[in-house]
Amino acid sequence: MKLLELLGYFNYWVFAIILTVGLYAVIRKTNLIKKLIGLSIFQSAVFLMYITMDKVEGGTAPIIQAGVENQIFSNPLPQVLILTAIVVGVSTLALGLAIVVRINESYGTIEEREILDAD
Amino acid sequence: MDLTAHLPALQVVVPMLSAPLVVLLQPRGLAWAGATVAALASFAIALALTIAVLDGQPQVYAMGGWPAPYGIALGVDAFSALVLLVVTGAGAASLLAARPSIDQQIEQERQPLFYSAWLLGLAGLVGIVVSADAFNIFVFMEISSLASYILIAGGPDRRALPAVFKYLIMGTIGATFYLIGVGLIYMMTGTLNLADMEARIGDVVDMNPILVAAGFITIGLALKAAVFPLHVWLPNAYTQAPHMVTVFLAACATKVALYVLIRFDYLVFQAKLADHEAQFALFALPLAILGILVASAVAMFEGNLKRLLATSSVAQIGYILLGASFVSQAGLSASVMHIFNHALAKGGLFLAVACLAYHYRDLRLDQLGGAAARMPWTCAALLVCGFSLIGIPGTAGFISKWLLISAALESGPWGWGLVAVILVSSLMAVVYIWRIVEALYFRAAVEGDSLPAEAPLQLLLVTWLVALLNIVFGLFPGVPLELANSTATLLAGFAS
Repeated sequence: MKLLELLGYFNYWVFAIILTVGLYAVIRKTNLIKKLIGLSIFQSAVFLMYITMDKVEGGTAPIIQAGVENQIFSNPLPQVLILTAIVVGVSTLALGLAIVVRINESYGTIEEREILDAD
Repeated sequence: MDLTAHLPALQVVVPMLSAPLVVLLQPRGLAWAGATVAALASFAIALALTIAVLDGQPQVYAMGGWPAPYGIALGVDAFSALVLLVVTGAGAASLLAARPSIDQQIEQERQPLFYSAWLLGLAGLVGIVVSADAFNIFVFMEISSLASYILIAGGPDRRALPAVFKYLIMGTIGATFYLIGVGLIYMMTGTLNLADMEARIGDVVDMNPILVAAGFITIGLALKAAVFPLHVWLPNAYTQAPHMVTVFLAACATKVALYVLIRFDYLVFQAKLADHEAQFALFALPLAILGILVASAVAMFEGNLKRLLATSSVAQIGYILLGASFVSQAGLSASVMHIFNHALAKGGLFLAVACLAYHYRDLRLDQLGGAAARMPWTCAALLVCGFSLIGIPGTAGFISKWLLISAALESGPWGWGLVAVILVSSLMAVVYIWRIVEALYFRAAVEGDSLPAEAPLQLLLVTWLVALLNIVFGLFPGVPLELANSTATLLAGFAS
């Protein structure tokens, strides 16, 4: 019973693991691109959490159909929210990469240590 | 159709829609003028909203006519009105003065884009303040953050780039933490509207997710607000940003994050979570004290003028958090008052720095000898704002320090210790402001010409306007104090 209960939270376990993997990469990696990859992984974990919580067992897309009654719907709102959050994540990543390109242009490296030593 | 009813929405819409228009204004003078007009218009809207709030009419606006909690609600109460004044005031004042300094620091063909990013940053910040919807706050937070990354990366020195990269990483982690917290609350309550959230949390059976959410939201916003020890992005970012961007961001960016932090912890969680008051105080108080003492001490030994003032900002954020951590009405009104007064003092100081930087490329203190002889007006304005930062009677800074000390005395047996912390750090502020004064007034010029050469009039006039406001609000703190007090009543009313 206890094990089933733990397995029932499978998606949330995955969420927590991906979140920490991403955060670890952001903190531990010294290459700026790898840091951004970590940041993306970190943000994707949150997307998974939002998508998981809106799922209702047996639920479908919330479209009212003629003749069908007592239909169970999944909650559409978290999907809409996370669509917005994905857009935010993509723009952050794009801006981050643009900054890395400019760092590479002016420092000739994207290794954190070498950038610190250069100044 | 009454336009005044739409003011909360216009507050966001005006700067946001002006941003793409400014890009089209290619002659650079026009781009600056367009951006300034938009910023002034949004300051006027903030003033109108403040007047309505002072009349006892908090504004509520249902976006698109959808009633809350289904639609996205905007709301302006005393707290939002005060922070709106700070944000739009900082935006308008810095843009008004910006042109000579920006002409020096940003290439001409990039200026329209730069001003456009500036307006987007302003729109994001005011959006956070007027939103009454947790997810909307996240979106506006990211709009303002992305815009400020762009603005800071415009700094002329290449060191701006690693600084902004660090800010981007830490800012995104903070925003994502906030998003996780909001998600957890939504999971348990099914609502994103702050007022509705506050009402429904009481019905939640399993409080653990809410507790975790409170942790994520508080830490995430503390990252954005540069609360010690999560402040490491701030000194470099503010030092390397173009001078006028530093004026704008230092005056309002971190304060908006603190605004959301206070709003969440007082309006949503307080009284709903068991022991939240004690937990919040236990979290915020040590960080505030450490921030005040450590950052002030670091500022005493800092050699670069801009970096010194940026470091002192971390200490000032500590004061704001300290007031909030007392969880009392007096503490809150001191804290809110300090948001206003510190914006005036630090905004004025950075404006004066921008004036100095017009002639001095190197802002290390030992390079600034004899500046007072060359730029007497600039240095005098810097002195006035410096006094306000220290908290000398007659300046705005004194009012909030005084409120903070009286709140500390009321806060219980540890009150005297807290007063000692405030006094010690004020003394440290005297030391670091004195180091600036010594460099400007009493040290001989390093080399080069010592002919009088004031900053451009446009820059100087705005600097003096802010410096005089420091004195005006020091002598007549009526309006901000009234707003701060009604904020405290509002927030503490929920807490009890």
